[in-house]
Amino acid sequence: MSISREELARIAELARLDLPPEREDEMSRQLSEVLEFAESLRRLDLDGLDPSVFASPEGALRDDVPNGRRLDPETATAAAPEHEDGFFLVPPIVEDLSP
Amino acid sequence: MAYQAVIGLECHIQLTTRSKMFCECPAEFGAAANSNVCPVCLGLPGALPRVNRAAIDSALRLGAALGCAIQGESVFARKNYFYPDMPKNYQITQYDRPLCEGGALPIPGPPSDREIPLIRIHAEEDTGKSFHPERHGDRRVSRVDFNRAGVPLLELVTEPAFHDPAECAAFLTALRRLVRWLGISGGDMEKGQLRCDANVSLRPAGQTALGVKTEIKNLNSIKSVERGLVVEIARQTAELEAGRTITQATLLYDAEQDRVAVMRTKEHAHDYRYFPEPDLPVLRVEAAWVDRARSELPELPWRRATRLREDYGLPAYDAGVLTEQRELADYFETAARGADAKLASNWIMTEVLRVMRERGWDVGAWERQVPPSRMRSFLGRVHARELPGPLAKQVFAWMIDEPGDVHELLERHGARVQSSSEDLLPLVRAVLEEHPGPVAQYQAGKTATLGFLVGQVMKKSGGQAVPQTVQELLKQELAAKT
Amino acid sequence: MSANDLWRLPAARLAERVRQGTVSAADAVEAGWKEPARLWEADVHAVAHEDAAARESGVRVSRLGALAGVPVLVKDNLCTVDYPTTCGSRILAGYRSPYDATVISRLRAAGAVIVGKGNMDEFAMGSSTEYSCYGPTRNPFDLSRVPGGSSGGPAAAVAYGLCPVGLGSDTGGSVRQPAAFCGVFGLKPTYGRLSRYGLVAFGSSLDQVGIFARHAGDVALTYEVLAGGDPFDATARTSLPPDVSGWDRGVAGLTFGWPANLWKEGVDAEIVSGLEESAASLERAGARRVAFDFMPGEYAVATYYLVATAEASSNLARFDGVRYGFRHADAPDVRSLYTRTRSEGFGPEVQRRILLGTYALSAGYYDAYYLTAQRARTRIRREYERAFERCDFILMPATPTLPFRLGEKTEDPLAMYLSDIFTIGANLAGIPGLTVPAGPGASGLPRGVQLLGPEDGEATLLRAGRAIEVKGEVSRLARDHDQEFAWPTRR
Repeated sequence: MSISREELARIAELARLDLPPEREDEMSRQLSEVLEFAESLRRLDLDGLDPSVFASPEGALRDDVPNGRRLDPETATAAAPEHEDGFFLVPPIVEDLSP
Repeated sequence: MAYQAVIGLECHIQLTTRSKMFCECPAEFGAAANSNVCPVCLGLPGALPRVNRAAIDSALRLGAALGCAIQGESVFARKNYFYPDMPKNYQITQYDRPLCEGGALPIPGPPSDREIPLIRIHAEEDTGKSFHPERHGDRRVSRVDFNRAGVPLLELVTEPAFHDPAECAAFLTALRRLVRWLGISGGDMEKGQLRCDANVSLRPAGQTALGVKTEIKNLNSIKSVERGLVVEIARQTAELEAGRTITQATLLYDAEQDRVAVMRTKEHAHDYRYFPEPDLPVLRVEAAWVDRARSELPELPWRRATRLREDYGLPAYDAGVLTEQRELADYFETAARGADAKLASNWIMTEVLRVMRERGWDVGAWERQVPPSRMRSFLGRVHARELPGPLAKQVFAWMIDEPGDVHELLERHGARVQSSSEDLLPLVRAVLEEHPGPVAQYQAGKTATLGFLVGQVMKKSGGQAVPQTVQELLKQELAAKT
Repeated sequence: MSANDLWRLPAARLAERVRQGTVSAADAVEAGWKEPARLWEADVHAVAHEDAAARESGVRVSRLGALAGVPVLVKDNLCTVDYPTTCGSRILAGYRSPYDATVISRLRAAGAVIVGKGNMDEFAMGSSTEYSCYGPTRNPFDLSRVPGGSSGGPAAAVAYGLCPVGLGSDTGGSVRQPAAFCGVFGLKPTYGRLSRYGLVAFGSSLDQVGIFARHAGDVALTYEVLAGGDPFDATARTSLPPDVSGWDRGVAGLTFGWPANLWKEGVDAEIVSGLEESAASLERAGARRVAFDFMPGEYAVATYYLVATAEASSNLARFDGVRYGFRHADAPDVRSLYTRTRSEGFGPEVQRRILLGTYALSAGYYDAYYLTAQRARTRIRREYERAFERCDFILMPATPTLPFRLGEKTEDPLAMYLSDIFTIGANLAGIPGLTVPAGPGASGLPRGVQLLGPEDGEATLLRAGRAIEVKGEVSRLARDHDQEFAWPTRR
């Protein structure tokens, strides 16, 4: 299995990463190598096996009680690169990407 | 060529739990920006989600009410996409193993009463809010507030079972009534408590294969859903009739201009990379919990409407109005106990609802002023013809703002019911004197003028006369005149 | 023992003296910063963030609990209010968490003092601690070699004497592999036994907080403090954690699995000799060896790199320059803000794994990669379950090689990934694993061996680790006086 440059570009866009052209070939080669290695799983007999679900169901649900570890707006925005009046500020959202 | 529209709805119901879906922050968002947030709903590094039991309970109530198959095991999944109002840049939702499958919601006609089949209902988290870009110094910025992020939502998806936008409106009205009836959501579309996206495609009448569909968003009221669909169906029809094809796309409805605009096409469709949420265990819902949700369900609005028709002999219209709200139906049934049901229904549908509307009251506020027992005794007096119409309305008005029973109210306002011949006869005679024309017409056989004469006597009495007595006295006097 | 030598004491002994009042918490905490850190830290670079004032205030509020006055260096991906939490990444430059991770709160409640944040591979992605935005950590036993990773900082610090206990995180061996390279104990507990709340996620279904210490008893002590349910972590088990107080009970009557097919080839001869010596120690102490073949590790590596990167691609989506950390300064719109912030903020290895994980989850490949890997994972778990029907624990290598040289594998991701071949099985299966120092081999470099147990098998692992620590002769002497640790020497 190898990843084409087009596929790599599509994946990078999905992941919001910008791959400089000079790194494309190397990245594509390295990822392909790992994926080829992953092909070994085809040799495993996986008939009748469900995918692993890991989390233990012991303490799954919590009661509907407010409070917890609420932060005030100053603390909530303290680490933000840009904030004002309790809001986070971002450059304009120009395209609507919401689902 | 004639086309048939095929429409499916995807609804989001914001739940009125006390805390958020996956953290303990209060599920309110009127407060100052970013004041109801914590490491979890802010997506801080290291924070982990925990499922709110009450949100699942709400989902079970809705699922039970709609006859869904509730899954003993369901799985939360991550829906991955980048957007500034998404703290983690993924939404925790359910994907291939939802909590509720199937089910149906009954809706009234026209064209006819029917059940709209559902695909699924699942629980998920709401996003925060980002605002339109605004000037900020020498550039433009968008502001982001995460108070709403993590508020519990239920997503309900219908089968593509609608053919008419009006049916979609009826569905949303019925759904809004149901979520309010169950007490799980405010259900107000204008406030975003109930949201709806619509998928629509056209196909030549008689064909079974589905056409290419578009999705309409930004439908912020029941009316917008209906209008948006009407507009989009017209657009698609025009395209097809012009020999063009429909492109799969997401559209935004603009209510002001009453038209749709393309938001994105299929080439820009998302790849959400769903996978099971590793931070949450499989959601186990034991049969006992489902049974309890079922057994604790109130009588559902459509069943209640049927019963009101059967038990009280009410017309379908009355039953529909009275079951718009569970509290109103409860009020009716208590107030109508031992009273004339149709009379009670008439007073509640017209006068009570009018006052509530004028004063912006809910049923609870009305009930605090006029408890059902007080309404019942009032209706009893009206029924016994002890309160003439105009006086009854007057007493009703006093009753809203003042204490006391009917007798006390009449006393307080110096009003009294004039039902004796001694009181009324002078008035009757005076009216006959004053209106010789109508009297002559009556005696010439035009008995319809009697109504006019009754009205005149009532007016003279200041509304305090009992119409039946007036009528009898008039007939008696007119007969004596011939 | 003079105050100058306090840093040599095991945590249990140090805490005892602080509780008795013969040693002040301040002296206990500062001991490691004096002699050993002065000698080593500039070259080893185990610490990413330190702050004398934070240590002082930590001492002031410390309690007389099980870890009274015990200094602990914690990995830079565990949230702390008093030090930055940056995961060795530029994208979290300067970030301070407004809350403590649950394991940090528990350390503090037991009297421990956090003395700083340990260096690590960026977002725990690496096996050498070379991929840190703060530069590499070096192995105190040979400064030209790596300390292992990704928790190389805490491992090296515990090895050279800064503190008797360190915390790391182990997603595919990130505690056990550096423990082996640095000659210390390293425990990865059963999945769900230690809260992950406040551990910055890499592969959520694989991540566990792990413990470094120079002595088996200190691992047990720290485990007792940390293990247990947490209302803030739905994957934390709420049942009582295994009782590890019997860590010194010996191994008489226990059986250990010996899957020698795994080291028939590709494993350094010194590692193999370490295994044989350890097996002999266990047998002398009364344990019995059961030989069997076990599934080759390549399957686990393949499975792991699909599952872990898929989860990571989603977990790391939140680093976008909006709410915290680094932001590219002049992006014209929000989309380029994301792309530029992430491209400049993440290092190449993190970007590589995000891309791989995004690919494994993307439409059209989900079934072939992610789903297949999760099914393979079930298969691997069953392999372990079957093995533990035949033995109480398994003895196997922690790493195929001795510590390698800096730069040796940074250009070859797959070779780096294969250095985890023996450790990732435990993460996939959710079972506990313990690296035990087997002493230096012919080259003088540390050799570690690995013990794997069934779910909640921590107590058995610690008993076996203790037996190897005292070389199988659980004498009265060994019980009463902890073995002197094999300290690194300057070369």
